Amino acid sequence: MSSPPAATVHVAPQADHADKARTPLQRVADLRAWLFLAFLILGFELWSRLDFGGTFMFNTFNIQSIAVFAVAPLLLATGQTFVIISGGIDLSMGFIMGLAAVVAAHVINWATPGMGFFPAVLLGSLVAVAIAAVPGLVNGMLVALLKVPPFIGTLGMFGVARGVAFLLAGGTTVPVKNEVFAALGNGKLYGVPYIIIVTAVFVLLMHYLLGQTRFGQHNYAIGANAQAARRAGINIKWHLLRLYILSGSCAGLAGVLYAARFSAGAAQAGEPLLLDSVAAVVIGGASLFGGSGTILGTVAGAFVIAVIQYGLVFINVAPFWQFISVGVVIIISVLIDQAQRRFSGGRQSE
Amino acid sequence: MSDMTPMGQPLLEVRHLSKNFGPVQALNDLTMMVRAGEVVALAGDNGAGKTTLIKAISGVYQPSSGEILLQGKPVTFGSPQEARDKGIETIYQDLALADNLTIGANIFLGREPMRRKFGFLPVLDRAKMAEAAKSTMALLDFHVSRLDAPVSNFSGGQRQAVAIGRAVYWNAQILIMDEPTAALGVPEQRKVISLIHQLKAQGRGVIFISHNLQDIFAVADRIVVLRRGVQAGERRIADTTHDEVVKLMVGG
Repeated sequence: MSSPPAATVHVAPQADHADKARTPLQRVADLRAWLFLAFLILGFELWSRLDFGGTFMFNTFNIQSIAVFAVAPLLLATGQTFVIISGGIDLSMGFIMGLAAVVAAHVINWATPGMGFFPAVLLGSLVAVAIAAVPGLVNGMLVALLKVPPFIGTLGMFGVARGVAFLLAGGTTVPVKNEVFAALGNGKLYGVPYIIIVTAVFVLLMHYLLGQTRFGQHNYAIGANAQAARRAGINIKWHLLRLYILSGSCAGLAGVLYAARFSAGAAQAGEPLLLDSVAAVVIGGASLFGGSGTILGTVAGAFVIAVIQYGLVFINVAPFWQFISVGVVIIISVLIDQAQRRFSGGRQSE
Repeated sequence: MSDMTPMGQPLLEVRHLSKNFGPVQALNDLTMMVRAGEVVALAGDNGAGKTTLIKAISGVYQPSSGEILLQGKPVTFGSPQEARDKGIETIYQDLALADNLTIGANIFLGREPMRRKFGFLPVLDRAKMAEAAKSTMALLDFHVSRLDAPVSNFSGGQRQAVAIGRAVYWNAQILIMDEPTAALGVPEQRKVISLIHQLKAQGRGVIFISHNLQDIFAVADRIVVLRRGVQAGERRIADTTHDEVVKLMVGG
């Protein structure tokens, strides 16, 4: 796709000095997911007060429930953010999460009698994330070395991870008997659930990785123009390998926290979360064409989805409306993104 | 390459270079030279071998026979990266920049400078990138005020200047420019032509590929015309005319 001639004229100022910096409108657009989140919360707050005179947001229980609700989709979505910025997509993350949950459950059950509670949890978590990195590595090899389109390669891995996870789980859920693991999933530190602390630290790390390191910078460059990145000497194959290992590991961590929260590993743990993760990234302002997106935007996107899902239950709307409203929000986000590209003079993907 | 070659001294020599792809002889016994501070135009019809020649010089292809000398020393390049490390930079008419990154980030793409935050955390040194972008673009007589804007916000000529700026920053001695004006409007074309004059004044060698004879006559010192993989003629711009060049290109 090339931009129409009119757009070229639009972005070609006559004088050298006429370079356009970001307009205030663009800056607002960068924050649109957060603005939307604020409006959403305001809306639920009003509804809640008018309908039954109670507060929605100024209630620690609600805030905590929403945050706990957002943990798994957010973990998937941070990894997905990297992949989508690079111009790809990772469809296998949901079942990699399930695989990791099952592996964590088995390993912890196996190790607890011999090693004790805490070492078993540590071992089980590490093994689960390491196992989750394997389908990630295969995804990376398919995309980077064998040039399989990410959509197809990770769709194949979606099936493989799903099958392996169900086989390992024996077709059922695998309960975990370990107090420390249960405490990790449900305990609190100064009133803040551990899994929220773990997730927050991890999201901060990913924010740093994307915004402040060469890996993150190259990820943006590859998503915008892989050819230019290659010519600049970036090893694209090596980058993509690490990228899909990263997204697999994110799913692995999500699986471990899931197993901790429910004291059970389930192969289908992440099944409904995959599309939520993609939705969070898109609502957060990333472009499915690659090259743009931020972790902070994705955080807002994940919370938009969590607030919609929790809020609708809270105000007593039939749960099926969740699917409809999240779907509508995704479509609106994509439309806004496209309109923004058209009007801000940014070039369409080439 | 750290030392600048004195003006007028040979920078790059191509001797008896041939390249064949199977039975197809893309380039046959070609010899040419670029001196420091000289702009050499490569002209020729499609398929004449211009692209093969610059790809051999820039390390994309390995020549089948013949040799390339850089400042008098024979060199071979296993990859474009090796050619770039020795000071030969190729600037493509498009696909050269990551549109979503700043000028500084594009200049440093793949070689980003880092600094330590709080004394231990390595982070991208954006201030250094912006500073280098500002000084490099000023060297090319492009004065940009906003260095935090992605290059998609700039015009075609400015983007071309960023690509050239990257080569200049990394001290390229020889710039190969493949149709640098093809995608630009007329005022922007003039800007790129004046950029090439700047590079020349800085003592760099430029190989300039263009279909546009007007551009070639505006900027080049010499012109090498290729036809079907062989050198059809070489003229000093001062001693030739449009008609003569066209005759060399089409033959007859």
